Amino acid sequence: MPKLSVNGIEVEVPAGTTVLQACEAAGAEVPRFCYHDRLSIAGNCRMCLVEVEKSPKPVASCAMPASEGMVVKTNTAQVKKAREGVMEFLLINHPLDCPICDQGGECDLQDQAMTYGRHASRFDEGKRAVKDKDIGPLIKTIMTRCIHCTRCIRFGEEVAGVEVLGLTGRGEHMEVGPYVEAVVNTELSGNIIDLCPVGALTSKPYEFHARSWELVKTESIDVLDAVGANIRVDTRGAEVMRILPRLNEDVNEEWLADKSRFACDGLKKRRLDRCFVRRHGKLEPASWDEAFGAIAERLRGVAGNRIAAFAGDLADAEAMLLLKELITALGSPHMDCRQDGAKLDASSRAGYLFNTTIAGIERADACLLIGTNPRWEAPLVNARLRKRWRRGGFAIGLIGEPRELTYKYSQLGAGPQTLAEIANDRHAFAATLKAAKAPMLILGQGALARPDGAQILAAARQLALDFGLVREGWNGFNVLHGAAARVGGLDLGFVPGQGGRDVAGILDGVQSGAIEIVYLLGADEIDTARLGGAFVIYQGHHGDAGASRADVVLPGAAYTEKSATYVNLEGRPQRTRRAIHPLGEAREDWKILRALSEALGRKLPYDTVEAVRQRLGVVAPSFRALGRVEPAAFGNFGSPGPLGSEPFKSAIANYYMTDPISRASPTMAQCVEAFVAPAQTKTGTHG
Amino acid sequence: MSGGEANGGAAFAFTPEVMARAKAIIAKYPPGRQASAVLPLLDLAQRQNGGWVSRAAMDHVAEVLEMAPIKVYEVATFYTMFNLKPVGRHLVQLCRTTPCWLRGSEELRYAAQQELGVGLKQTTADGQFTLVEVECLGACVNAPVVQINDHFYEDLDAESFRELLRALRRGETPAIGSKTGRQCSAPASGPTTLKEIGRG
Repeated sequence: MPKLSVNGIEVEVPAGTTVLQACEAAGAEVPRFCYHDRLSIAGNCRMCLVEVEKSPKPVASCAMPASEGMVVKTNTAQVKKAREGVMEFLLINHPLDCPICDQGGECDLQDQAMTYGRHASRFDEGKRAVKDKDIGPLIKTIMTRCIHCTRCIRFGEEVAGVEVLGLTGRGEHMEVGPYVEAVVNTELSGNIIDLCPVGALTSKPYEFHARSWELVKTESIDVLDAVGANIRVDTRGAEVMRILPRLNEDVNEEWLADKSRFACDGLKKRRLDRCFVRRHGKLEPASWDEAFGAIAERLRGVAGNRIAAFAGDLADAEAMLLLKELITALGSPHMDCRQDGAKLDASSRAGYLFNTTIAGIERADACLLIGTNPRWEAPLVNARLRKRWRRGGFAIGLIGEPRELTYKYSQLGAGPQTLAEIANDRHAFAATLKAAKAPMLILGQGALARPDGAQILAAARQLALDFGLVREGWNGFNVLHGAAARVGGLDLGFVPGQGGRDVAGILDGVQSGAIEIVYLLGADEIDTARLGGAFVIYQGHHGDAGASRADVVLPGAAYTEKSATYVNLEGRPQRTRRAIHPLGEAREDWKILRALSEALGRKLPYDTVEAVRQRLGVVAPSFRALGRVEPAAFGNFGSPGPLGSEPFKSAIANYYMTDPISRASPTMAQCVEAFVAPAQTKTGTHG
Repeated sequence: MSGGEANGGAAFAFTPEVMARAKAIIAKYPPGRQASAVLPLLDLAQRQNGGWVSRAAMDHVAEVLEMAPIKVYEVATFYTMFNLKPVGRHLVQLCRTTPCWLRGSEELRYAAQQELGVGLKQTTADGQFTLVEVECLGACVNAPVVQINDHFYEDLDAESFRELLRALRRGETPAIGSKTGRQCSAPASGPTTLKEIGRG
């Protein structure tokens, strides 16, 4: 623990700390461009120069280890002069196009030039120009602005695991780029926009749309996958302009996956902004009263057990609770939140959570992936796996479809046989798991959404017990979800009640005529063709599969338009905040259900959202621990039995389009064209 | 983008003999550190590929060394000794740094341009010569200096340089080193010190 003095302030820092970090610990701000605390140290921008006593020259503080007795000064005339010199060099080739630069207003170079820049340039020669690179539909490049900090290169190499960008040429001719024609094909590419300290890499969809100072910033939670990344929603007027990540060490660190960042333009397309009622086979605009009236009329005299409800992947906990209570009050046990038919067991919480937690991955030393492609199902979980893998001593095995993950893994097999072999100690990976001190397994939805899903869940549970994945202070049993609503739905028991039907059962019931009314709470992933002649009520925010089949459409609010609770895959309840108002006549979902319950004569006793949340806390105490993960006891779940032989398939066929919002997003459509379609043609022609 | 794909062209793979040499070089580095061999392997690739590294050659080196192709591009584009475009059979590199310039490197340039009929960074129509200027070759004592492929030709003047180029064109193998006949970089006027033996 070296002790040093920074501007006369004594600080003690852990060994291995850099001078820059020590300066920060002492409250001294140090300007920087290339240094980033989550990337390796490059030391090439030279902006962080400080004076160190007994050192003849200013020292680049980001690359200098703090040592005992150092006397560091950051506020002397020499330091200021040195940094001014660096700034002058950085600006020599930097265009002065801030007025037309998207980074303007949130640019590190612009900000620091206010302190260290000269009022005018002394450089009389011509500035160089660099050709822009086309690296895909998400990132716009203006390479003349690049100051060669190499953050984007280091991010690709270290965090994303996709080495495409590099530094080619030398001296005056040095350029950052892929050298050859190539797209930056990673689900985390948007983060290099945040990392770029200048306007060289900016967001293509957001190009020339807004200035940072015009935006209202609302802290919220992402719901386009089950990770629950912490986000900031930037709005102007009634429009969501962009979405950026927000720091949460336990969940997303400071990264955000591309779908969560760029699908926000889908919030402006195909929206449901008023009620619709189907008359003479056609959906016609209607008022709330007419819509509720149509529902009440159709429900009159229908026995409770002829009604069923589905909750979709983006449904919030408040709405699911109210829908559950309404359906129960109507006398129906038929409801399900597992749209994909996954055989998740709601009776034991540890049986459907990512128990290790995302941050906990860093403590694991062996990992078995079963029927999952984490890179697409949860890119940020995948980034943690890579972070752990880079440290070494982390054996990863995969049972399922071989995929290009961002780390090395051994392909163990394709289906349940391999799982059984490992469980029976007849596979080499069994020894790896046994020898590990903190082994973990990750069970994907692809392994559960199949006829033998419950047996696979039980087999994985047994494997976890047999191989010491669950021990004092460590739970290595993990289910990887793809839907933001799923864990919340299971927590509050949005599953078939006594004698109730599950997804398949309800759809069968519709076919046989046993079910005649189906309520879809944003449920668009079910096979709507099988809804046959049922009377379908759709509540949601996008005109997707569900709404087009519906007989009554109730316009709900998207996640940026309501304060709602979502539980992420770790079991961490988090709350979104309202950034803009719901569109047109749309309302927050719990309010719609509350109003509908009254129209149906089954008034639910909640007048405020606080009352709903209080009830949530009673139904499932885990909802009270907002932002925290309550460890779940490892109970009994799944149903042991013979496993099938079908190979596992990943639950997601197309990362960029998994829900009504991303399906409506033009940006996501471009991504599919750029990243997914070429890969599919390749597999097609190469057999 | 910057020159890469235009020259992608023909497929490239080390011949078995070159591959054996590559393996021997890789073996000098600890296991897992094979990427350290990128410079010598790029050199092997350049030699096999007729004096320049194509995109296919760089990709092959990346594959052999199990590293990302961009990491090879970075190295190949940094060092001026790697040619990213095809060059003639004789790569004539004129040193233009101060000592050679003081000793008449510009005259050599005019002479070469006249003799070969091409400008700088150009290749003769018969594919024999490519003329380029380079920075200090590190043989300032014998300035002016020209490097042609692997060899230095020193103490040149316009006439001796023209004759050198003509000899190369005729397919001869001219003597390397100083054109004035001095030994290495010994004084041009003969020994200046240690002339007497036995004193002290």
